[in-house]
Amino acid sequence: MAATTTVASATRPAPPRRRRKSPLAWTREHIVSLAAAAAFLYIMLPNIVVIVFSFNLPNGRYNYAWTRFSLNAWLHPCADPAMCQALGLSLKIGVAATVIATALGTLVAFALARHRFRGRAMTNLLIFMPMATPEVVMGSSLLTLFVNLRLALGATTILIAHIMFCLSFVVVTVKARVQSLDPRLEQAAMDLYANETQTFWRVTLPLVAPGIAAAALLSFSLSFDDYIITNFNSSPSSVTFPMYVWGAAQRGTPVQINVIGTLMFIIAIGAVAVGQLVGRRRRGA
Amino acid sequence: MTVADLSVSASGLSAPPAQAAGADLRLVALTKRFGEFTAVDDLHLTIPAGSFFALLGPSGCGKTTTLRMVAGLEEPTLGQILLGEADISATKPYRRPVNTVFQNYALFPHLDIAENVAFGLRRRGVKDVSAKVNDALELVQLGGYAKRKPAQLSGGQQQRVALARALVNQPSVLLLDEPLGALDLKLRRQMQIELKRIQTEVGLTFVHVTHDQEEAMTMADTIAVMNAGHIEQMGDPTTLYERPATTFAANFLGQSNLLAARISGGRGAQLTSVVVQGRRLALPTERISSAGEDLWLGVRPEKLLVLPAGEDLAGRNSLEGTVTDASFMGVSTHYLVRMPWGQELTVVQQNDGSAPLRTGDHVVVAWDPVHSFGLDATQDAHAGEDIGDTGGAGS
Amino acid sequence: MSALAHVPSRSSGSATSSGRVGRRRATPYLLLLPGMAWLVVFFAVPMAFLASQSLQQGNIETGYVLTWDWQNYVSAFGNYWPQFSRSLYYAGVATVLTFLIGYPLAYAIAFKSGRWKNVLLVMVIAPFFTSFLIRTLAWQTILTTNGWVVRFLRDVGLMHLFQLAHLVNNNVVLGSQLAVITGLTYNFIPFMVLPLYASLERIDIRLLEAAGDLYAKPWTGFRKVTLPLSMPGVVAGTLLTFIPAAGDYINSTLLGNPDTTMIGQVIDAQFLRVLDYPTAAALSFTLMVTIVVMVMVYVRRAGTEELV
Repeated sequence: MAATTTVASATRPAPPRRRRKSPLAWTREHIVSLAAAAAFLYIMLPNIVVIVFSFNLPNGRYNYAWTRFSLNAWLHPCADPAMCQALGLSLKIGVAATVIATALGTLVAFALARHRFRGRAMTNLLIFMPMATPEVVMGSSLLTLFVNLRLALGATTILIAHIMFCLSFVVVTVKARVQSLDPRLEQAAMDLYANETQTFWRVTLPLVAPGIAAAALLSFSLSFDDYIITNFNSSPSSVTFPMYVWGAAQRGTPVQINVIGTLMFIIAIGAVAVGQLVGRRRRGA
Repeated sequence: MTVADLSVSASGLSAPPAQAAGADLRLVALTKRFGEFTAVDDLHLTIPAGSFFALLGPSGCGKTTTLRMVAGLEEPTLGQILLGEADISATKPYRRPVNTVFQNYALFPHLDIAENVAFGLRRRGVKDVSAKVNDALELVQLGGYAKRKPAQLSGGQQQRVALARALVNQPSVLLLDEPLGALDLKLRRQMQIELKRIQTEVGLTFVHVTHDQEEAMTMADTIAVMNAGHIEQMGDPTTLYERPATTFAANFLGQSNLLAARISGGRGAQLTSVVVQGRRLALPTERISSAGEDLWLGVRPEKLLVLPAGEDLAGRNSLEGTVTDASFMGVSTHYLVRMPWGQELTVVQQNDGSAPLRTGDHVVVAWDPVHSFGLDATQDAHAGEDIGDTGGAGS
Repeated sequence: MSALAHVPSRSSGSATSSGRVGRRRATPYLLLLPGMAWLVVFFAVPMAFLASQSLQQGNIETGYVLTWDWQNYVSAFGNYWPQFSRSLYYAGVATVLTFLIGYPLAYAIAFKSGRWKNVLLVMVIAPFFTSFLIRTLAWQTILTTNGWVVRFLRDVGLMHLFQLAHLVNNNVVLGSQLAVITGLTYNFIPFMVLPLYASLERIDIRLLEAAGDLYAKPWTGFRKVTLPLSMPGVVAGTLLTFIPAAGDYINSTLLGNPDTTMIGQVIDAQFLRVLDYPTAAALSFTLMVTIVVMVMVYVRRAGTEELV
């Protein structure tokens, strides 16, 4: 091979230069990862506590100090029927709010992503404002509305409020997905003899579906977890799960709360894992 | 004009690069492994100071990895990178007097053109930044664009900014990673000439990585053809083209007809006689880069003539066949001629005004024996085919 | 091919049949109508009611009259200025802390996690699917007086520092400013990490290589390239943290003491227990206006106007 230059053995390279690094140098090099690991611990700590204390058998009414291991709470999740009732109401409101907010929000997202119309700036503002408003303000203003209109507070007013604050998040999530679609895919569908309706159902919607699913998941978790706005618009007969937990914090926390908290964590991870798997299979990997 | 200003002012002020200027770049036993995969395999290479050097090869051949190791963006698994006498193998990229024109340019989108070009100067604390930036922008003919943002420039202009941003630092070695890959054909041609002009004017060492053989041949003084982590052949463009040493080089750089041949009657002083499918042909002995009796006899398509059967062929190699395809290209016509044993030879005939041949015509394909070359018969005759010119204008 | 021209909204000028054009003009409004009506009736109108309520006099039994009297604002501020300013202060500190904690995390996920990127991202978000209240209650357990966290703080001497800074009272963390800020910071971290990650992840890694190639040391490269390019994420993240943190009162109620009361607690009590609607409305409306003004000033100074 004409290309190679012969090298004198004196300049022959040493074997791989893998010097042992001092602990200080190692820390400097990995400072970002170490900081991230610490942040990660900070984020995980309460969840670890929630999970561990779901196996606790406390002495008093408060589940704050570790006493001894027990499966009691897991075996009797509905020991306090009020808790399971509250859970049931939260699930119902969560599902209803998710369905309605996702439907309405998706329509708005398509309008914003695909159409030109007058009043666009105003529409954007109205969608942005609920996300930029503290919950306590939204909750109290809705309460003012309901009180002035003499509407009875209850599950219905809670649902109305939840749909309202979920809507903006749905619009933003779905809009981003619609905008990232390659318009040529729809053009190709039409070129291949699909009319507008067929194109929408067979091409557009399947491609936007992951965004809609993400929006629905987000809506459900926002609704299910809301305390502040709900608190302003509920009645003593409509106690959601977060309201139950709030009350329990004042008069004694049953271990079952931790069981529910642990389940939510597991279900969330499971849902995301399933989503990833489905996404991967769709992509044919 | 501006170039002189640039080099004068730079040599006066910028100490770190100047010390290493005029130094050869040497790669010694350079190896890079990613897990099980060896991207660059025991590479030895010397790139003389001031030359325009091209690393040419298909994607995945290790050329970009080599470049990134020189830039300091990838750590070699083994081996050394020397700039003059200094070993820079373990030097951090920001301490190397080496600059890169990145593929897709990597211009900082939040900085304007002037600040993009000034970036390296500011980091090194060089004085008189704005004058140098202006000189560099003049050099790439973007004098009036200093205050624009990269997104406001066309692809060709962005390419020039990337070049100016690297050049302004007066590096010992300027690395170009597929610099013209994102440009359209016309602009690419223009920039090839432009880059060559700038290199000649500033006199810096350019190392250019490309998969486009035309680009490499247009600009480089020396081309190294890379394949699977090692260098297949290195030389000036003419030598590489006229005397390929491997089947990979023969196919990747342009096109070749390779015929299975066997030496008959030993090697002659001038010409060696071989037998191809029972027909006797000749090739220059010094152009045989194989020790065995069996070899590939190669010949470039434009060296072949197609003549109606029965022409005078004294002293030429000749084979009879049938035209199976004729593509008229304007400046030339490409023919496929089927040999009696089934192989098809590619022939490129200049448009000299003679009547074109038609499919089905019986012809004689003839060429001067000195245009033949002999390659090692153990190599794959199809190595390097159909991977070279994704961007080229048809070889 | 009229169908082809029909797809993207950009081609709205192409005239087909007039009926079709009319339908197309109406389409966006039909799509918008239900959702936007919902937001108008249940977001915008209530705001108007809130503003109006804040200018009324009366009580819940006899009813209210709109008097356009600013007295409610004056008395609300006279009485609750400490809680108001404290809310902004706590929210500000928590925002800075979430940024300091969230940036390395987002950075590590975006640039250093390789194929674990998605897993890590899920691991960062998943904890927050457990109820906000349950997790905040868990902080009560973590910060409990004889727990390992408090003992650790005592052993390394940090407790002493916190005591000097009046962040804790009598060496007890629970029921202190420190606990409230810890809870706020913790609860809003994902609102910081996700936008930061989104903007960091979009940065072309070659830009960082180019910075290194152009003599920028890692820290300089970060300051001159990475940080400026992640500014949209920084702006979005700080807003998404500051706004809910300023209005939050779960942390200050569950982890604080009467001296850490935030404005949300006051609004909640005035509305739901004291039933002094005009004062509560005045506080609520002021919080809204304050935050909108701060956001506008901040966004203008940060120079990023497209947020949504």
